[in-house]
Amino acid sequence: MTTNINLPIYATLAVIGILGPIFFPAYTLSIAFLWVMVIMASTWDALGGQMGYNSLGNITFFGIGMYVSAIVQVSFFYEGGVGEYTSAMGSIKPEFTDAEYFIGLFLGILAAGIVGLVISILFSSFMFGLRGPYFAIGSLGLAIAAAEITITIDYVGGPSGILMPLFPGDIEFRSTFFYSICFLLAIASHILLRWLFSTQFGLAANAIRDDEDKAEAMGIQTLSYKRISWGIAAFFMGCTGAVVGNMIGFIDKEVAYPIPTFGIFMVAAALLGGKGTLWGPVLGAIIFHIIKDAAWTLLLGFQWIVLGIILIVNIVYFQQGIMGWLQVKFPERFGIVIDTSTTLVDSQRGDDAR
Amino acid sequence: MTNAIITVNNVSKSFGGVNANVDIDMQVESGSITGIIGPNGCGKTTLFNSIVGYHPIDNGSIKFEGQEISKLRVGEIARLGMLRTFQQTRIYPKMDCVDNMQISISHRLDSKSSIFASRRGEIRDRAEHLLEFVGLYSKRNLISGDLSFGQQKLLELAMALMNEPKALLLDEPTAGINPTLINGLIDRLRRANEDLGITLCVIEHNMRVIMNLASHIYCLSNGYMLANGKPTDLQNDQRVIDAYLGGH
Repeated sequence: MTTNINLPIYATLAVIGILGPIFFPAYTLSIAFLWVMVIMASTWDALGGQMGYNSLGNITFFGIGMYVSAIVQVSFFYEGGVGEYTSAMGSIKPEFTDAEYFIGLFLGILAAGIVGLVISILFSSFMFGLRGPYFAIGSLGLAIAAAEITITIDYVGGPSGILMPLFPGDIEFRSTFFYSICFLLAIASHILLRWLFSTQFGLAANAIRDDEDKAEAMGIQTLSYKRISWGIAAFFMGCTGAVVGNMIGFIDKEVAYPIPTFGIFMVAAALLGGKGTLWGPVLGAIIFHIIKDAAWTLLLGFQWIVLGIILIVNIVYFQQGIMGWLQVKFPERFGIVIDTSTTLVDSQRGDDAR
Repeated sequence: MTNAIITVNNVSKSFGGVNANVDIDMQVESGSITGIIGPNGCGKTTLFNSIVGYHPIDNGSIKFEGQEISKLRVGEIARLGMLRTFQQTRIYPKMDCVDNMQISISHRLDSKSSIFASRRGEIRDRAEHLLEFVGLYSKRNLISGDLSFGQQKLLELAMALMNEPKALLLDEPTAGINPTLINGLIDRLRRANEDLGITLCVIEHNMRVIMNLASHIYCLSNGYMLANGKPTDLQNDQRVIDAYLGGH
């Protein structure tokens, strides 16, 4: 993609990202979830779109990250420990100083990402033995299992969940603070993915998508590439989970493992925007989130029907998504060359002349 | 033959009740062009698959440069420097030709950092040079899936050369390619062998091609190694004529 497309997109996103919460303070958290969707869809695309491994279980790391961050935030500065804190079901309100809270939060987000990354690597060896629909179902199973296991652990509150430490500061500062983290995470994930897919890594990912057996036969160490892609997704999902957990303030199985909502939305958003492209998932996430929020407020009661219709239209008529459709429509804008001459005859002539 | 790069010893492979390969012995001399012929279903492709590690063999041994490889996997064997092309051409159909070429560089010396190497510079120059070599330079920016079958076949060959293998196993390189292009292909295979020093092992049904190209030919029939020798010897071998070449 050439810079002349990128510049206006970056400018537009910067305007939304910076001016959005200033002019529409009431929507700050909604726009924060917009960036959460962008992170989810673009990191999903690193494996699902670029490599053809459609994961339905990336939400696993979101939930794990949320819980890891809660454990870190509570246990670091509360001497009673997480077990005592959760068994009191919110009646204990530890007095954290501002510094303690923010240090705990920072460490929690970092730990959430790292634990997500480590778990993705642990599971990768056998998960990537599965291909196609088997991988999709296998990864979905991973998310469901993680959710069910979480509620059996009393240490993290079991089914009754954990109340997150109270934010020190007024509600407006709280929104702006968590919003900024979401925005920065989205920027960080975008920069990382953009660089990654401009290197040899991007080609290898696409090669695995197009013909994994061929890639293997050419000596590409496919497992390493799959691990890296999934690991990046897991890291960002973990961090995002940590932030969202604090943003909502209370976490339990439903908040941490929203399999039928965010777990599916991230895939739907990437498909809507166009999987396997740099901007597709970003665009898809923005459009999907706006439609979703509008449907939830304006068409309450019909919101799932609206989302269902979008999904059906997308999958039946627009399989390549918005960016994919634009690439077919205006190939020269994306640096794709279409041969207008009759390929076969032309090449033979060229060949004979040599 | 003393200087063998691939040594196949006593290899058998059966699928259920079908004995695809029975006690196959074969040696490919380093730097040579070796041919494999035989009727359809006689086990040529199975032998290729066994050599490059697509499936485990029932018994026997396969050595590459003296190293036992019959237990290794496809990717590991590829990284040792032995590649194969497919009878059904396999490229990366949604990527353009240059990208197809750039990702086909050798992964023998892969370090962690080469995963994130830049795409520009030397790799790209070499990709374009090899596309020129197979006559696809003018098509370099096209999506490879849009190329004709013959062009995809050439692209697959170029991708294999990009990898700089020590040995290259070609499964029917001229199948589906028109006669004028075949001459060009023979010429390129010979140049790849002579100039780049790549040992070739070729399955081929086109007798004119293989008799011209190969210095030594093996003939399979019904899973057994029927005969081997110089092209002229095989052409006059009554067993080969009966099983495969046919009478005059």
